[in-house]
Amino acid sequence: MPAPGAPRTFDVAVIGGGMIGPAVSLGLLERGLRVCILDEGDDVLRVARGNFGLIWFQGKGFGMPRYVEWTRRSAMLYADFAAELKDSTGVDIGHARPGGLELLLGEDELAHRQHYLGQIYQQGGGANYEVEFIDRKQVADMLPNVTLGEDVIGASYSPLDGHVNPLFLLRAMHTRFQQAGGTYLPHHRVSGVRKDGDAYTLDTEGGSVSAPKVVIAAGHGLKTLGPPLGLDIPIRPQRGHIMVTERAQPMLPMPISAFRQTVEGSIMLGVSAEEAGYDDTIDTATLHTIAARAKRTMPQLGNLNIVRTWAALRVLTPDKCPVYAESDSHPGIFGIASHSGVTLAAANAKVTAGWIAGDPPPPEFEAFTVERFHDAPA
Amino acid sequence: MMHRRNTAGERVTINIDGKNVEAVVGESVAAAVLAAGAGATRTTPVSGAPRAPYCMMGVCFECLMDIDGIPNRQACMVSVTPGMKIKRQAGARTVGGAS
Repeated sequence: MPAPGAPRTFDVAVIGGGMIGPAVSLGLLERGLRVCILDEGDDVLRVARGNFGLIWFQGKGFGMPRYVEWTRRSAMLYADFAAELKDSTGVDIGHARPGGLELLLGEDELAHRQHYLGQIYQQGGGANYEVEFIDRKQVADMLPNVTLGEDVIGASYSPLDGHVNPLFLLRAMHTRFQQAGGTYLPHHRVSGVRKDGDAYTLDTEGGSVSAPKVVIAAGHGLKTLGPPLGLDIPIRPQRGHIMVTERAQPMLPMPISAFRQTVEGSIMLGVSAEEAGYDDTIDTATLHTIAARAKRTMPQLGNLNIVRTWAALRVLTPDKCPVYAESDSHPGIFGIASHSGVTLAAANAKVTAGWIAGDPPPPEFEAFTVERFHDAPA
Repeated sequence: MMHRRNTAGERVTINIDGKNVEAVVGESVAAAVLAAGAGATRTTPVSGAPRAPYCMMGVCFECLMDIDGIPNRQACMVSVTPGMKIKRQAGARTVGGAS
């Protein structure tokens, strides 16, 4: 028995119970490590409750080929990851990879998209970038139940794009975590981390925890937790709105970037981006913009009623690419920041966990440093 | 079988799944459908379970029906009108063509 008041000890303490912390933790448990997840209450910013649910490849990694590779890797690992979660927990996370479209309205959008994706293609050496442009007729063939708006002139398409039910994903990961022997500690907001011999002691509102390795996967909490531990990562909140329609018969056989239909029939409309600080309230003008674009893209969506709407705050780095870094000043402290917690969940469970456990970092991580935000440009 | 407590009032004819039925002006579609003994008024989108009007006050959304060509309408919140065409709804609504 530990002395009363002595910290509970683990091999790895993971700060954050959202999309990233539990994914990494599942991989750590698979490697036989003792893991706890330190989480807060329901009164904090819960980015992982606000996801749209895309597993999205096309367009990711502008300016950073390694992020293209990392996203591809996760997309390819997802089917097995989803099957494992279903087999172990019974929770079907609704994973599908039917490919995805970004519909383009007018010549300007097409030109901009061609330029943008062309840059990503070229930065990768011009090989093996699984995105192509298709014309309006090809789009219509892919979406037989959709009457396309007259401005739709084509789309970019990637066979790697897919989607998932993000709430079932979160639930499945948490269920699996506890089933596999992990210790979930809600109401354990971390107030400080200090070096204590060979381990770190984390002081929380729910008592202390000790572990030689600490993963900070705390979303916006990284902003305050990171700097004293040598992880000064300049993340900022970026607000996004989502609207959900009533359930309808199958119309969209694949996700269309800002629009996707769930297995149950709801159509989700989304993807706004506003700089609003930590304000996650709803802005009706933004909802109007989303609805207007939806109707312009697929006019029949105008027949459907909206039944829910919400806004959430992405965890965004200055270059929109992720951070996976171990602190130089505090070895054993790892910081992870990304706005793609859903897309990257499979890679985080299968690969990131190995790096935390002591494997060499995967090649992609050479680009995901903290230093890139602080070094003066050459 | 449900019965109207108050049968006074002007009568209108409505149509439920192709069958003409008398209703009383001022009552809701849900009340008229229940009084006509129509039973289940829809099936659910995911499991296909039968459903019928329940709360009668606009809260539970169990009474969704296709009313005059518009699916997913709350039958308890819509008053009958002469010649109204009402259909049971099977599963999820259709999206319909371009609006």
